[in-house]
Amino acid sequence: MSDQEPMDPQTRVVILGAGHGGGSVAAFLRQYGFAGPITLVGEEPLPPYQRPPLSKAWLKGEATAESLALKPLEFYAENNIDLRLGVHAVAIDRASKTVTVSEGSPIAYDVLVLAMGARARRLTIPGSDLMGVMELRTAADAEKLKAALGAGKTLAVVGGGYVGLEAAASAISLNANAVIIEREHRVLARVACEQLSNFFQSYHAARGVTFELSAGVEAFVGDQGQVTGVKLADGRTIGCDAALVGVGAVPNDEIAKAAGLECNNGVVVDLAARTSDPAIFAVGDLTQRPMPLYSRSVRLESVPNALEQAKAVACAVTGRPLAPPEVPWFWSDQFDLKLQIAGMPFDADEILIRGDPDTAKFAVFHLKQGCIQAVEAVNAAPEFMAGKQLVASQKPVARDKLVDMSISMKLVAV
Amino acid sequence: MSKITFVEHNGTEHVVEAKTGLTVMEAAVKNNVPGIDADCGGACACATCHVYIGEAWLSKLDKPSAMEESMLDFAENVEPNSRLSCQIKMSDALDGIVVTLPESQH
Repeated sequence: MSDQEPMDPQTRVVILGAGHGGGSVAAFLRQYGFAGPITLVGEEPLPPYQRPPLSKAWLKGEATAESLALKPLEFYAENNIDLRLGVHAVAIDRASKTVTVSEGSPIAYDVLVLAMGARARRLTIPGSDLMGVMELRTAADAEKLKAALGAGKTLAVVGGGYVGLEAAASAISLNANAVIIEREHRVLARVACEQLSNFFQSYHAARGVTFELSAGVEAFVGDQGQVTGVKLADGRTIGCDAALVGVGAVPNDEIAKAAGLECNNGVVVDLAARTSDPAIFAVGDLTQRPMPLYSRSVRLESVPNALEQAKAVACAVTGRPLAPPEVPWFWSDQFDLKLQIAGMPFDADEILIRGDPDTAKFAVFHLKQGCIQAVEAVNAAPEFMAGKQLVASQKPVARDKLVDMSISMKLVAV
Repeated sequence: MSKITFVEHNGTEHVVEAKTGLTVMEAAVKNNVPGIDADCGGACACATCHVYIGEAWLSKLDKPSAMEESMLDFAENVEPNSRLSCQIKMSDALDGIVVTLPESQH
């Protein structure tokens, strides 16, 4: 099977996982003219939907199930996509090319696409099973959290990552209180530079979010089965009505491992999203993928990554040429801040800031030998857009122009 | 309900019905119209829902926000009638609008 030879139109495509990645594989296959049978198997009761709004618009009541859905429900029947919801894959038999599922007979495939995503990492400390200790990954999780976030309620967020910051910002907009408890000495410690961490922390603090930094969490404490507080390592207990655990995600790669596919913090794929078995592809948060721009492989948790890989699968199946790799990018909305990130700061040897963080409009550039590796832009669309292009081109930039907001981003390349 | 005609770069037309209040991007995505990627789902964060607005309709649209203008300023293949379709909400006044898609969103 090469990228230039379309596969047999009777090829049976089976997609495991009906999130943004799996749903998009099905949609792109039909867009690209694939006419063979598609089975889309999803564990959740909902057809594919967008997860990013769950911690933002959804919590604030500004989104509906209909607006979150990738496609209307009738899309699947109209496009002859056999959507099986509330069903999960149990095992892959690569020799007979069948998948055992939790409901119904085994499903035969010619092409299998793994899109099971990642799940929220759980804490194993005492009290983790109390009611009101939550995670935020699915629409059902978001619904529970929304119900717990009334005016005057207190949300304790364990983990100062993007999910935690977004949920805290949403809680404040609902007139609830939010406390962020973070093990490191700053928020976003694993994903952003110190300057950006400091900015987000001050911005949140000024709007009422409180912080417990360098704080270990010992236990959740409760009353009659309901969480009432988070016990810290220093002995204090932070009172709360609900606790959100946002400490990262782990790939759902168990059945891939059991089937003998190469895995390494995710299912290992090539640029065409193919696994170590040529009949099996994998997309999205589940995958460990090559990133030629940085000469390494990474596991990304982002919608653009899932979409890029979904397109790659549809290209391979329909014989279209593969598009060149994209620059990874991410976004986050908190209060009235729009954070847009392009690239990843691997091997950066210099950080330059354009604009003034005090005005909430600035960008942090991570450079390696004078070329932009990554840009983190806060309310700064030109810096994001131009920065993304400069990450792709790896054209060197003039440092004096880059830090001067009065000079257009169109003129910063040397 | 009002009608939107999407014209792909290769000339293929897609006519879809859109409820009032739905954005042009949402109408395209929900109907699986090729050529509008909308990576960010309408957060005005990515410029992958870039379209060209038919001459007759341009004046009927609200002016783009500063955010949209900045995003467009740096998008590929931008023309004077370029807009981000996630920022255009459908209304009766836009019934029949024709939008053309760029060759690529990336």
